[in-house]
Amino acid sequence: MSVVLNFLSLYLIPLVVFLVPLYAILKKVPIYTTFTDGAKEGFSTAIMIIPYLTAMLCAIGMFRASGAMDWLVSLLDPITSIVGLPGEVLPMGIMRSLSGGGAQALCADLLEQFGTQSQIGRIASVAFGSTETTFYVLAVYFGAVGITNARQSAIAGIGGDLFSLIMAAVVVNMMWGY
Amino acid sequence: MMNWIWLVLIGTSVIAGICTGTIGAVQDNLFSFADTAVELALGLIGVMTFFCGLMKIMEEAGLCEKLGHAISPVMKHLFPGVPKDHPANSAIAMYVAASVLGLGNACTPLGIKAMQELQTLNKTENIATDAQCMVMAISTGSITLIPTTVIAMRTAVQAEGAAEIVGPTILSTMCAALVCIILTKLLGRLKCFNYNQIIEKEKAAGTLRINKNYVGNDPIVLTEVPKKEADEVCQ
Repeated sequence: MSVVLNFLSLYLIPLVVFLVPLYAILKKVPIYTTFTDGAKEGFSTAIMIIPYLTAMLCAIGMFRASGAMDWLVSLLDPITSIVGLPGEVLPMGIMRSLSGGGAQALCADLLEQFGTQSQIGRIASVAFGSTETTFYVLAVYFGAVGITNARQSAIAGIGGDLFSLIMAAVVVNMMWGY
Repeated sequence: MMNWIWLVLIGTSVIAGICTGTIGAVQDNLFSFADTAVELALGLIGVMTFFCGLMKIMEEAGLCEKLGHAISPVMKHLFPGVPKDHPANSAIAMYVAASVLGLGNACTPLGIKAMQELQTLNKTENIATDAQCMVMAISTGSITLIPTTVIAMRTAVQAEGAAEIVGPTILSTMCAALVCIILTKLLGRLKCFNYNQIIEKEKAAGTLRINKNYVGNDPIVLTEVPKKEADEVCQ
């Protein structure tokens, strides 16, 4: 399984990048001009994202520095401890939805402090690996097309994040019998 | 919704900053994260440009249509509003493939591309469609087979047993993605989140912005709003 996946992650993109133009030229598509035509959009898309990303990241940056995280942790801890989630992992779990880099630093801290083979280390690893940075994804993907009304997406994303945090604790506790 | 999330994030930060005496740090982060946001977006330009070019070749060669037909059995359940020959199908398929395989650099451009293709099926300029919300559910749920970042972090501490979390991670991420998808489907039926009901509400309030690049066959026609007002709304 992992051999196949390693092979794919190494070869898939280069092969696609070679085979797509090859197929296209056999279909008599002028590949070079077509590529440059399409590529023009890339720049404007990236620029389009800036306002959305700035709005989101500034708010998250302020939140990270303010110490409001401790409040949120004490609010959620009674709920998450019921399913066997150690309080030490909770700040990392919350940060995971807000900022990928911030969560990575917290996760590395936990691994350093408690070891990779500990309950806390394992739960933190699984929790980190099983969700995306919801707020970043929201800002980037919806920002790229100018969507400001995300409808239920934010709640669904946060719900999924919270659930994956709980699942991480449940699965690890069951597998290693904590 | 985004209005409130944004306000709550900023509001709690400022209040907590004042209460705990970290207001200086809050201000510092405000400015440094503004920089970070621009850096992140600029960092996207290169790969974004490349994949936009490659996707254009796929489109011209007719590969997008072929891919779209091949995956339509799955797509018609998750994305009922997307016609089977629309380029959004292949963009979504490539995005999902890239994210499942953990091809980090390719993910974001392909996800953006999928959103842009779906935007051509959006009657409005700024309200997410059901299909766009579903792409968002798949991305925030993020089904990944190999959590490469975590394995690297664990290896940095201790090489032995670094990959032991792969199995549990796959299980937990599958469940999370499922919850995201179900929540998106169910919440989308609520009055406050329903696409058509939001359109009706905004139409009544005169704040609806129509997508000029809509390619579907059911465009919104604004009749009640006088032209002058409609122009003001557009700006």
